Amino acid sequence: MNDLWAGLVEAGRLLVTFDADLLEITFRSLRVTLTALALASLIAFPLAALLAVRRFRLRRTVIALLNALMGLPPVVVGLIVYILLSRSGPFGVLVLLFTPTAMIIAQVVIIVPLVASIAHQSLRDLWSEYHDLLISMNATPRQRIAAILWDSRRALLTAALAGFGRAIGEVGAIMIVGGNIDHATRVLTTAIALETGRGDFAMALGLGFVLIALAVVVNLSIHWLGRTEVEARW
Amino acid sequence: MRGIIAIAITLVLSASGAMAAEVRVAVTTSFRDSGLSDVLLPAIAADTGLDVQLLVVGTGQALRIAAAGDVDAVLVHSRAAEEAFVAAGHGRHRRAIMFNDFVLIGPRDDPAGIGNATGVVDALARIAGAGATFVSRGDDSGTHKAELGLWEVAGIIPHGDWYREVGAGMGTAQNTASGLDAYLLSDRASWLNFRNPGTLALLFAGDPLLANHYTYIPVDPARHGHVDAAAAARLEDWLTSDAARVLIDGYRIGGEQVFIFDAVARPSVRSGSATP
Amino acid sequence: MVGLLPMRARGAVTRRRDKVLAGPVDLDLRAGGITVAIGPNGSGKTSLLRMLHGIARLGGGTIDWTCNLRQARAGQAFVFQRPVMLRRSVLANVAFPLRLSGMPRARARARAREWLGRVGLANAADRPATQLSGGEGQKLALARALAGNPEVLFLDEPSASLDGRATREIEAILTDARDAGTKLVMSTHDMGQARRLASEVWFLRGGLLHESAPADAFFAGPATAEARAFLNGDIVE
Repeated sequence: MNDLWAGLVEAGRLLVTFDADLLEITFRSLRVTLTALALASLIAFPLAALLAVRRFRLRRTVIALLNALMGLPPVVVGLIVYILLSRSGPFGVLVLLFTPTAMIIAQVVIIVPLVASIAHQSLRDLWSEYHDLLISMNATPRQRIAAILWDSRRALLTAALAGFGRAIGEVGAIMIVGGNIDHATRVLTTAIALETGRGDFAMALGLGFVLIALAVVVNLSIHWLGRTEVEARW
Repeated sequence: MRGIIAIAITLVLSASGAMAAEVRVAVTTSFRDSGLSDVLLPAIAADTGLDVQLLVVGTGQALRIAAAGDVDAVLVHSRAAEEAFVAAGHGRHRRAIMFNDFVLIGPRDDPAGIGNATGVVDALARIAGAGATFVSRGDDSGTHKAELGLWEVAGIIPHGDWYREVGAGMGTAQNTASGLDAYLLSDRASWLNFRNPGTLALLFAGDPLLANHYTYIPVDPARHGHVDAAAAARLEDWLTSDAARVLIDGYRIGGEQVFIFDAVARPSVRSGSATP
Repeated sequence: MVGLLPMRARGAVTRRRDKVLAGPVDLDLRAGGITVAIGPNGSGKTSLLRMLHGIARLGGGTIDWTCNLRQARAGQAFVFQRPVMLRRSVLANVAFPLRLSGMPRARARARAREWLGRVGLANAADRPATQLSGGEGQKLALARALAGNPEVLFLDEPSASLDGRATREIEAILTDARDAGTKLVMSTHDMGQARRLASEVWFLRGGLLHESAPADAFFAGPATAEARAFLNGDIVE
């Protein structure tokens, strides 16, 4: 219990003094995760909409696969991305390993299945509701997808926030592809792992509380900006 | 006059060139956990302008990623693995930098009674005999290989409920040992720097078999043309220089010296060694 | 308006999983007036309308519009029994099909606003459409369908769950549309409404067109026994 209290105190101290290292790794955490989230959404939302709207033979298989990939261990993803980006690997010429870009790539791979699965469920529900109407109006497939994507925006936001949560707390993959290099690829989660390994639990918990606070702030801001709790907004 | 200008230009050019360089080195967790890297890196930056990016992983992983050409050099401590690495053509040569020693830590009340063992072989035999819980790194690191080597010298195959392989770095292994009240082979520096000892204490040290040598190996540019061999060489020069000697020999944890600088002036011949 | 009508259906049938929902039917749809489909529950009124409009797949037979298929699809609209509100404002709902067909945004919104005025929803233009009551939603669906100036409008029980006042308002909009030249094809189980609105009656039974006649003649005296029984209020299967 002492450690928990010490952790809270440490978190407070770091924040109040605007600790320079803390600010640096916090901004990097946000930059990596938000970029990954934006890219993942760009991939996942249209994918989910296509799966909801189009009928094709392998549709059920793809959906099942997507759901299964949600359970992909991030460490495994990290290892695969490492092998691909390594200088001895197929994409070695891009020299991306041990950079924040590699971390972004790994996180995109991890959260696309999650965001797509959650989005797909809502999009499918809305599509079954809009189906007859949109066909009656002669909407092209692209127009149908645009309509259900826009009208599902609240649910898509939920899916995105789920992806954010998964990514901001992820440590295994980005440790491997990023290397946790001080002042280069260290972020909140890898710093926590570092301090834990050192036995400095107070600092590790302090960083952990900062991370939790960050996630809460981001979620609250998104909800406030989107005014999701205002009555009768869909 | 012209000479002075030439010298000035050279100095300016070389200084700006020096400022730009990044060098990536894969190092063992014990190097970081001992706290020595925090002392050396700023000095390296100030003296050479090199921005040393450390990837802190176990020896096995360090050599693996170096073999893939993803770093410019390694600093590890496992002779057999190092020699294999150089023999396979990935490293140019092995360069001794420093050594420290391994120590046996364990629960303060020392149930296996290794406090008055006659040597590390005897200590390990007492632990195995008593079936006292022992935490092993289990991660193919330099420390792990050293530990396995010691069991081999003692003629014991460590196996059973009491032998716990954690597959993790030095800090994590120490945490686990602390939580389990177990024995552990650690390096002195990491132990002294550890902030969560619980009821653990340093119980046995001093056997010559426990010496732990750190070696610097630059990745061979003939094999991986893109590595920054010049920067790796500059780093090697610094690590074997007087400046390094002062900092390494002068590094203290709780008043104790933990590392002994033992680099020699010339690099050893490929796969030969100047280290014992 | 492109010339969709007359439309001719021959042997048209629609199925779901081997069960016939409606058909085979032979019928002609001509311009002018309101065609009302009546019949007991389960007689296939909804399925017939969906088949003629094209959202239920044709499982056999033919449906021929006077123009080509693409123009035919563009010139029709459908009001469902329970209208679907898009999760947008009332105005955006009405403008939506206009935007789909490529009308510029400003013009679409202006046309939408005009139609909202005509159906009496002008005040609700910026409200979320999902907040509308049953009657208001049905009026919205009508405005949305009519804003595109369709040549043929299908309606499936347009006032089924509405009170008297809303029904009256809906019927007024329908007759206005008819007078403006739109052909309406609707189903209803309200015989009073059928008598008020119909110029032609289709009596369905078991998915088939049991009897088809001009409204005056039909209500004066139907030709078939089942139709007579139905008008009498008896249960007809």
